[in-house]
Amino acid sequence: MRPAFALGLALALAALLAALVSLVWTPYDVAALAIADRLKPPSAAHWLGTDHFGRDIGSMLMAGARTSIAVALVAVGIGMGLGVPLGLVASARHGSLLDEVVMRGNDLVFAFPSLVIAILITAVFGPSAVNAILAIGIFNIPVFARVARGGALSLWTLDFIRAAEVAGKGRTRISVEHILPNILNLLIVQGTIQFSLGILAEAGLSYVGLGAQPPTPSWGRMLAEAQTMVTVAPHVAIFPGLAIVLTVLGLNLLGDGLRDHLDPRLRRAA
Amino acid sequence: MSLLAVSDLALTIHGVPILRDVDLAIAPGEIFGLVGESGSGKSMTALAFMGLLPHGSLATGEALFDGEDLLCLPERRLTRLRGNDIAMIFQEPMTALNPMKTIGDQVAETLRVHRAATRAEARAVARDRLDRVGLPEDRFPLTLYPHELSGGQRQRVAIAMAIALRPKLLIADEPTTALDVTTQAQILDLLRGLARDEDMALLLITHDLAVVADMARHVAVMKDGRVVEAGATEPLFRARREDYTRRLIVASEHVPARRSAPPGADLLTVSGAVREYLLPRPSALAPHPRLRAVDGVSFTLRAGESLGLVGESGCGKSTLTRAILGLDPLQGGRIRLGEEEVTAGRKMAPALRARMQVVFQDPYGSFNPRHRVERLVAEPFHLTGRPRDARDRVAAALDEVGLKPADMAKYIHEFSGGQRQRIAIARALIIRPDLIVLDEAVSALDVRVRAQVLDLLARLQQSHGLAYLFISHDLSVVRSVTDRVMVMRAGRIVEEGATEAVFTAPQEAYTKALIAAAPRIPDAWKEPADATRP
Repeated sequence: MRPAFALGLALALAALLAALVSLVWTPYDVAALAIADRLKPPSAAHWLGTDHFGRDIGSMLMAGARTSIAVALVAVGIGMGLGVPLGLVASARHGSLLDEVVMRGNDLVFAFPSLVIAILITAVFGPSAVNAILAIGIFNIPVFARVARGGALSLWTLDFIRAAEVAGKGRTRISVEHILPNILNLLIVQGTIQFSLGILAEAGLSYVGLGAQPPTPSWGRMLAEAQTMVTVAPHVAIFPGLAIVLTVLGLNLLGDGLRDHLDPRLRRAA
Repeated sequence: MSLLAVSDLALTIHGVPILRDVDLAIAPGEIFGLVGESGSGKSMTALAFMGLLPHGSLATGEALFDGEDLLCLPERRLTRLRGNDIAMIFQEPMTALNPMKTIGDQVAETLRVHRAATRAEARAVARDRLDRVGLPEDRFPLTLYPHELSGGQRQRVAIAMAIALRPKLLIADEPTTALDVTTQAQILDLLRGLARDEDMALLLITHDLAVVADMARHVAVMKDGRVVEAGATEPLFRARREDYTRRLIVASEHVPARRSAPPGADLLTVSGAVREYLLPRPSALAPHPRLRAVDGVSFTLRAGESLGLVGESGCGKSTLTRAILGLDPLQGGRIRLGEEEVTAGRKMAPALRARMQVVFQDPYGSFNPRHRVERLVAEPFHLTGRPRDARDRVAAALDEVGLKPADMAKYIHEFSGGQRQRIAIARALIIRPDLIVLDEAVSALDVRVRAQVLDLLARLQQSHGLAYLFISHDLSVVRSVTDRVMVMRAGRIVEEGATEAVFTAPQEAYTKALIAAAPRIPDAWKEPADATRP
């Protein structure tokens, strides 16, 4: 295993572990306020300090990981689950009306700034983590559709696709059997990028109050609330920021490593 | 005195030895051939003394050009030499030009970089050079873009760029490998004329012995990073002192031992096949213009027979192949395999599809890199249903093409080009078809590997009673492996007949031009021992 992949795996697992453990245990109750202990710097009792309500930042980060990771993961899932099939269908029928409809539909979604749509959705359905997931997920669809279609189009011209056609395989079967495994590397890299963007988008939506609602902790809202106190207690902003940076970094390294590992040409060389 | 004298050139890249003991001497104005198989180091030799090596390379030895050692020159001086005194052209005319700039600007660019000429002066010279390479002003103004030119014309532009400053040495790295035979003959003619008229030495790097025999005064044969033999071309071809040279020459004109099968029943009958494409509308309301890629083609292929189909790129042979394989529908005429009609898409019965298979040209693009060989070879079982003994069948097929059954567990990138072509043949054989379409199946292989694959195909034809439709632009290969041949041009079959008859006494002007254009090693240069052709 390459060091970068190992580091990526470790960081991603750490975030996941924190999220899972927070379901049953956190060092302090994240809903309990202790105004007397507000804005304490890191100490033996509170390793990462406390926020303006005296809540333990370490515990908040653990619980926040749950929201952030869940939002990003489901949003990527929505994007991949709908976008990749759309892209594959469009490329298998390249130049047909169906291709046109799918791609122009994508353009339509792309044409709206994602934050505006997110505001629209939350304005209609009310702000919540679920609606944030929906908003981010919808914007992942055209991203994956385009990546899948672009990668697939260049594959459709290759001789091994011709050989599969001569073997009597239909377009759906060729798409699943031959195209999909060969665009997996693109999808994984795009997936980790979208996952990172998803965490950031959730942070952004929570920051403007459209994501997870209090008292559910989320990394984005922690950052938002820390904004006014940065000069007084910098640790309140630094730790959630660091958590986001490290998780995103870990995911990117993990994605790169995964891509190399899935490619038989690179696997033997490693 | 030599214009370029390379002695004891050795090259390592990241410590891996690539070249050693390379000696070359090129006189001013001469054409020097550098031949070898892929990976023999012939391109690396040129890049080494041009100072264009990848990072981590270390070249030692001496490369005297006009008295200066190229290996010791500082980069700035080398940059001045490149383009000015030494120029280079490459194999792929499609990527050698910048698609965003006009051909006039691209030819003028070299002048402006090296001579600090004004735009007008540079363009005047560019015009002159384009005229020289056979692109006259009335048809090829400076304002054309590369996409408006054919492959041969682009190669001419690349040559015009290279000779813009009248270099003393032009390095041509496989300049005609990507071109059709008639275009190749024209480009070789042009290069020969340039060397003569402009007193420019030409270092011709190629894998094609016939081209070298035709062009070069001196030749060096490379193998595994070393020059195994060098000397004047004709004596070298006649004497074949080195075993490797001899084997190369023998392989290049190899004729596999094969008996013509007695004509069987009609297997494939194509009658009046028409394949049309709709082109984009020229204006918003105009109807789509139609392109007839295949225009009323009729022929019959009998069981157990080898039928050749030759023609230049764009003549419609690939389109015809797709129709025969049932991948595209016809707009007219019909194709029958045995008693059944070939239709495109899902309508065609798997049992009918299973009677034909195909082997493609590119040994690198023919396989899904993510699957193991076992799965790759077994793919056609989709048509017949996967038999119980599928694994054994795959093993047997691999064995038949000269690979080990243990190769089943490997991925395709672990094989060489020749081995991949063998795997492609195994894939075609696995469901025991009656007909295998060989679409340029040996064109991408080195001569010795090509000879082996041709032998294999001949043997399999004998043992399985296969019929081959052998599609190629390489006339010598078609001549050596087919019973009958068809010549295709602009969507039509212009000539058809027994292979030897067509090659020795072509009737159509086009066939004559094709055969005349193909470079050959002169018969007189052959040893008596293998001068006999069947």
